[in-house]
Amino acid sequence: MNTSLFLQLLINGLIVGALYGVVGMSFVLIYKASRIVNFAQGEFLLIGAWACWWLLTYYQLPFYVGFPITLAFMMVFGVVLQTVVLRPMIGEPIISVIMVTIGLSIFFQALIKWMFGVFAKPFPPIFESPTMNVFGLEVQTVYVASLLISILIMAGFGWFFKFSRLGLAMRATAFDQQVAQSLGISVKRMFALSWAISAMVSAVAGVVVGVVNGVSSALSVFGIKVFPAVILGGLDSVIGAVVGGLIVGLLENVAHYVDSQWLNWGNMYEIAPFYVLILILMLKPYGLFGTKDIERV
Amino acid sequence: MAAAPAPKTAKPLLLSVNNIEVVYNDVILVLRGLSLEVPEGEIVALLGANGAGKSTTLKAISGLLKTEDGAVTRGDITFAGERINGIDPDQIVRRGIFQVMEGRRIVSDMTCLENLRLGAFTRRDRGVKDDIEMVYNYFPRLKERTGLAGYLSGGEQQMLAIGRALMARPKLILMDEPSMGLSPLLVKEVFSIIRQINRDLGVTILLVEQNARMALQAASSGYIMESGKVVLDGTAEELTSNEDVKEFYLGGGHEERRSFKGLKSFKRRKRWI
Repeated sequence: MNTSLFLQLLINGLIVGALYGVVGMSFVLIYKASRIVNFAQGEFLLIGAWACWWLLTYYQLPFYVGFPITLAFMMVFGVVLQTVVLRPMIGEPIISVIMVTIGLSIFFQALIKWMFGVFAKPFPPIFESPTMNVFGLEVQTVYVASLLISILIMAGFGWFFKFSRLGLAMRATAFDQQVAQSLGISVKRMFALSWAISAMVSAVAGVVVGVVNGVSSALSVFGIKVFPAVILGGLDSVIGAVVGGLIVGLLENVAHYVDSQWLNWGNMYEIAPFYVLILILMLKPYGLFGTKDIERV
Repeated sequence: MAAAPAPKTAKPLLLSVNNIEVVYNDVILVLRGLSLEVPEGEIVALLGANGAGKSTTLKAISGLLKTEDGAVTRGDITFAGERINGIDPDQIVRRGIFQVMEGRRIVSDMTCLENLRLGAFTRRDRGVKDDIEMVYNYFPRLKERTGLAGYLSGGEQQMLAIGRALMARPKLILMDEPSMGLSPLLVKEVFSIIRQINRDLGVTILLVEQNARMALQAASSGYIMESGKVVLDGTAEELTSNEDVKEFYLGGGHEERRSFKGLKSFKRRKRWI
């Protein structure tokens, strides 16, 4: 039994899980507001990471300038995507809208490959020392930073939905669009806002992962990994997304540990979350925190 | 016949609906040339049987018709001197018309306070906190309820719905069946509050009701609708003393009970008025 490896993996799991949680939240945000299952969530990470990479390498911008520009860009991107592609789909069957998001996913994957190539490209170094010591364990500085950012984003989401005027309006829109309109809320704007926030928050995760692993198409795998996380948490629960993300992150790493120590099957890291997904769907189809009356697609 | 004569009040008109026609799904004609006028600061009752088009009238004014695939295809709706048909519902709320929809429609997975804050969505001034206190003054019960609004009783939900409307500081509240599903005692309470807010805050109210007696007690004037048209209008006193209204909406217009033999002419006369 290799304790230090186990601990290392647990911490990795926590950190990656927090990132899943963040992406999961941005996925849930869109689902809650407009009942759209967004299959292009992973591409948001991809686009965000490449945009940031491009600003940092081509324009040699320092990170603290390039990063906010990336976020602003992603916000605009989200709004434009919603208004141009998805707004005309309002009122169409939800399955068609989901098909559109699958199409978007393929389109952006191809576009990014065409623009930036298929090979992973490393980010310019952002932190002075790439790793730091946390309780005697070697942890990448960017992971620690990402954990802090994740917690910040989660707290931000909590505040937004509980106290802010727009957050309440978004919850009202999720609850009943006609009621929201009767209160003076523009449902179209709420949809656009949800896509904007979702794209922006996903981009944060994309940049973090890009800094660690280099930027490549592999980033969009996050968009797939997010499904077990949000379905575990319950599709329409923000807290569920966070908890689900953490569980999936930990599970991956524990599975990896079990695999590397005893089983030697080789790919448990990748597939363990999906086994769990199947189990959850059989045992608790609404997830841990999901509301019961939601529609399944 | 449908063109409504001006009510006998000197007050300026806040809302006037002129000969509107409403069509659902491009084919179903629901309102056929409806006209009505609401003077500023008054309570106006809109009465009629089920399916007469009362709720549709309110939705045409508030713009919510759009969310149900309906449209005003003819006529004008003028509010405070401006034509408002075809405007999106959220913009109409910003102009000062707030609809309290049938069945309360509060956001059940939010608390009372959150529902009230939602009511003030269109406002950006600092007075929201004071107004929450004001609503709690009208409805002290709501202050004690800290749980989710979905767990409130029917009466409390109606109060919350009215309170939420007040939070938007509207000039005109369109109230759709506030008495629905409430006990007689609660109906009385809700109506006394409606009168109170009309008096204290000067909010104009267009009231759709099945409970004609209560509505005409609260209102200064009223309209009676039938199959998409106004068939009768007048001050509340005129309507209350009108024999036909007594017979069809208030009950007990005649001393002796009628036999079923009279039913046919009964129906015919009802159609005629």
